[in-house]
Amino acid sequence: MPTIRIPTPLRPFTGGATEVAITGATVADAMHDLTAQHPQLQQHLYGADGELRAFVNIFLESEDVRHLQGIATPLPAGARLRIVPSVAGGKRSQRAATQLAAGCC
Amino acid sequence: MLQATTTKTNPALAELAETNLETLVGNTPLLQLQRITRHLPAAVRIFAKLEWHNPSGSIKDRAALFVLRAALQAGELGRGRVLLDSTSGNMGIAYATLAAARGIAVKLCVPENASRERIAVLRALGASLVLTDAAEGSDGAILKARELAAAEPERYFYADQYNNPASWHAHYHTTGPEIIAQSNGQVTHLVAGLGTAGTMVGTGRYLKQYSADIALVAVQPDAAFHGIEGWKHMASSIQPGIYDAALPDKQVAVRTEDALLATRRLAKEEGLFVGISAGAATVAALQLAATMQAGHIVVIFPDSGYKYLSDRMWQPQPAGL
Repeated sequence: MPTIRIPTPLRPFTGGATEVAITGATVADAMHDLTAQHPQLQQHLYGADGELRAFVNIFLESEDVRHLQGIATPLPAGARLRIVPSVAGGKRSQRAATQLAAGCC
Repeated sequence: MLQATTTKTNPALAELAETNLETLVGNTPLLQLQRITRHLPAAVRIFAKLEWHNPSGSIKDRAALFVLRAALQAGELGRGRVLLDSTSGNMGIAYATLAAARGIAVKLCVPENASRERIAVLRALGASLVLTDAAEGSDGAILKARELAAAEPERYFYADQYNNPASWHAHYHTTGPEIIAQSNGQVTHLVAGLGTAGTMVGTGRYLKQYSADIALVAVQPDAAFHGIEGWKHMASSIQPGIYDAALPDKQVAVRTEDALLATRRLAKEEGLFVGISAGAATVAALQLAATMQAGHIVVIFPDSGYKYLSDRMWQPQPAGL
């Protein structure tokens, strides 16, 4: 089953899940299934016009899907999608927060 | 140049000879915006501090210079030690630029989704890169840098820009005095975004010392998931050690789409091709200006837009994506 990896700032809206299993034959299907499972993601990923927000990128494995067939890109079995914001900053993950608080490194 | 500003106010730095490149850091232009401010009363003026005029192209040259020089002064760099830090881009480019001119090696932990231009520039400047998981954001890069520093403490000087006081000292000794001089002391408001918070803390403390009446407006993204490169959403992040939350008089939250719109307007209406953080700061400055009858607002423009051209937000969008 395909999966989507969730960036840390969005994990509060997936119940803390880092990856979500989704169904669908294309990237569009997968994204629809993701927001159906976790409706709070909708406002963070999509604008009022229903389009993906300008800084949100979807990767299939290591390739940006806009360099493939966009949201029509077919998903092979076991495909791994990732949501990646354009910026390289971001919220601390729970794992990172725990490690930092523990002064582990 | 910087020498004229910093060495007079910070004697510790005066003891260390500057490289020729370092003399070019600071003293950036202060430019009055003219067209996107036409709707404002004539007595309300907005001036932008154009920080891409620094040698490596961003405001981070100021902090990197002070971090580097403080470490050299303290004997923490030199003798082949490697400068190590985590960065999403501009600070790394600033470190790599200034360190190259001193023959100091640099190793940087960078989230893998840093723009391609930035990674290419860092490699061209000779920096060694450790790319970290994009999903873990800047904090994943911080953790990696700490891990490397802990494993080989003798090999690395861990610069730690989020907690290094040199990050704000730079702005106290350069950006603040420049704004007072360039505005003939007329500045009434400073508008600056929060990343490490070094700009706001250093510049803000200097301006408050000059006049307690100068208002400090801190700007940050409106949500944890955002597209404003270089900025932090403080409520959902552990605050940088150098941040002083009590310092700003006002906090403004900016949505990424509004920042992008302002960024495009600055290019088309002012001829200023800026990075999105400058656009975001402009949103806050215009909101502030709309409430005023008179005032002299200084807004910080951290970098230009050239390092962001590969971002999706600057690409023509195919239908449905």
